[in-house]
Amino acid sequence: MVSAGRGGAPVLPAIEVRRLVKWYGGQPALRGIDLAVAPEEILALFGSNGAGKTTLLRILAGRVRPTGGTVQVAGHMLDRDGNEVRRALGVLAHGHQLYEALTARENLAYAAAMLGLDRPSERVAQALSRVGLESAADSGVRTFSSGMKRRLALAKLMLREPKVILLDEPFASLDLQATKVLEEFLMASKAAGACTILATHNLTMGYGVADRVAILRQGRLVFDGRREETSLDAFRALFALHGEREEGG
Amino acid sequence: MSFSRRVWAIARKDLLAEWRDRESVTAMFYFAFLVLFLFSFALGADQALIRGASSGLLWLAFTFTSVLGLSRSVQGELENDCLDGLLLYPAQREAIYLGKLVGNFSSILVVELVILPIFAVLYNMDLWAQLPKLMVIAVPGTLGLAAAGTLLSTMTAGLRAREAMLPFLLFPVTIPLLLAAVRGTEVVLHGEPFELAVPWLKLMAAFDIVVLVVSLMTFEYLVEE
Repeated sequence: MVSAGRGGAPVLPAIEVRRLVKWYGGQPALRGIDLAVAPEEILALFGSNGAGKTTLLRILAGRVRPTGGTVQVAGHMLDRDGNEVRRALGVLAHGHQLYEALTARENLAYAAAMLGLDRPSERVAQALSRVGLESAADSGVRTFSSGMKRRLALAKLMLREPKVILLDEPFASLDLQATKVLEEFLMASKAAGACTILATHNLTMGYGVADRVAILRQGRLVFDGRREETSLDAFRALFALHGEREEGG
Repeated sequence: MSFSRRVWAIARKDLLAEWRDRESVTAMFYFAFLVLFLFSFALGADQALIRGASSGLLWLAFTFTSVLGLSRSVQGELENDCLDGLLLYPAQREAIYLGKLVGNFSSILVVELVILPIFAVLYNMDLWAQLPKLMVIAVPGTLGLAAAGTLLSTMTAGLRAREAMLPFLLFPVTIPLLLAAVRGTEVVLHGEPFELAVPWLKLMAAFDIVVLVVSLMTFEYLVEE
C-alpha cells in the first residue's frame, strides 16, 4: 500500500500487515488483519480486553510469531530481518520492563548500552530530566511508585529516536505532567518521521493524540478512519455501537 | 564492538543486581552449606569414607547450588516482563546468551569459592595447597554447568513448572561433565599426580565446547515464542 507524502511523492508504509492471523491453541486472537500505517502517522487502536490489541503489538514487535499473514516494519520483513526490525522499534509495553534492584540511572545506562547508543551518560541524563526523575536518578527502582516506574519506562523509550513506536496502554499510571511529556515525545517523533501505534482503552486520550483511529473487536478491525472525519462524540457512539465499553476516559 | 559491549552490559547488569540484593548468592551459599553439613553428619567420623566421597559431595553441592542460582537468574528476568524487554533490544541472540552465561558463571564461581573453605573445615581437608589445581578443575566444570544451565533455564522460563523442569533436564545432560569433574577433583583431593586429571579435563573441555556451540546455535529459537 502506497500513499502520497509531502509534495505528492509516494510514501511506503512504516508498518504493513496483510491477512494477519493469530491463534492461541484453539482460540483465534487475530482473524485476518490488513493494516498499513504511514511514517508521521499516529494510529490509536481501541478495543476491550481480549480484542487482540496487545497480540497485534507483540506480533509487530517480533515477540509473538503470527499463525498466518505477513508483517513488514520499517521496510523489513519481520520473519527475515528480526534484528533490523528491532533496531527501528521503540516499545512501551504494558509491563514496565525495569530491573527493580538497579537505580533509575543504571536501568537507563543498561538500556543505552543494549541499544548501542553514543554518548550514553548524556542521553541518560537528558531522558531522566525530560520525565522529571533527575532527583530520583540514583534511587533504586524498587522504591518508586507505579507512576514513577511508568515515567522511567517512558524515559527508556526516549533514549533514542525510533522509526516505529508501539505503545501498549501508554496512559496507564501516568500523571498529567508525564502524559504531556509523552504527547510531546510523540509529536516530536512524528515530526522526525516516526509512525506510532498506540493501543488503549482510554478513548479521550487516545483520540486526542491520534491522526487515525481504529477499533479492534474479537480479532477483527471493525473500524479504521481518519480522526478528522469523526468527532470524539461520534467516535464514542461508534465505539459503543460495536459493543465496546470505554474506560478511564 | 557492539556485540562485546552488549555481552558485558547484560553480565554487568546481572552481577550488579545480584550485588544489590545478594538474594541468589545468599540462598545458594546456605543451600550448599546445608548439603555439606548434613552429609558430614551422615558420613560420621570415618575418614576413609569421607575421603572416598568428598569430591562427589563437593560437586553435588556445586550442582544443586547452580540449579538454585540459575532458577533465580531467569526469575529475575521474568519479573516485570524484563525478559521481553531484553529480547526487544536489537542485540544478536548469541550476545544475550553469552551475557547471561557470564553472569551465571560468575555468581556460581563466587559461591563455590566461599564454599571451599567450609568444605575443608567440615571434612577436615587441607585444601589450601591444592587450591590452584582445584580451580583448574572447578572452572571448566562450572563453565559447563553454567553453559547448559543458562540454555535450559531460558528454555524452561515459559513453563509453569520451570523450577522442577530445570534440574530434571540439567542433571541428565551434565552427567559426562559431572563425572569428569568428580574424577578430576578426586585426583587433586587424594594428592595423586595431576597428569591423571588431564583426561578428565579434556572431557570437560570437550563438553564445554559442544554445549557452547549447541547453545549459540539454538538459543535464538528457544527464546522466540
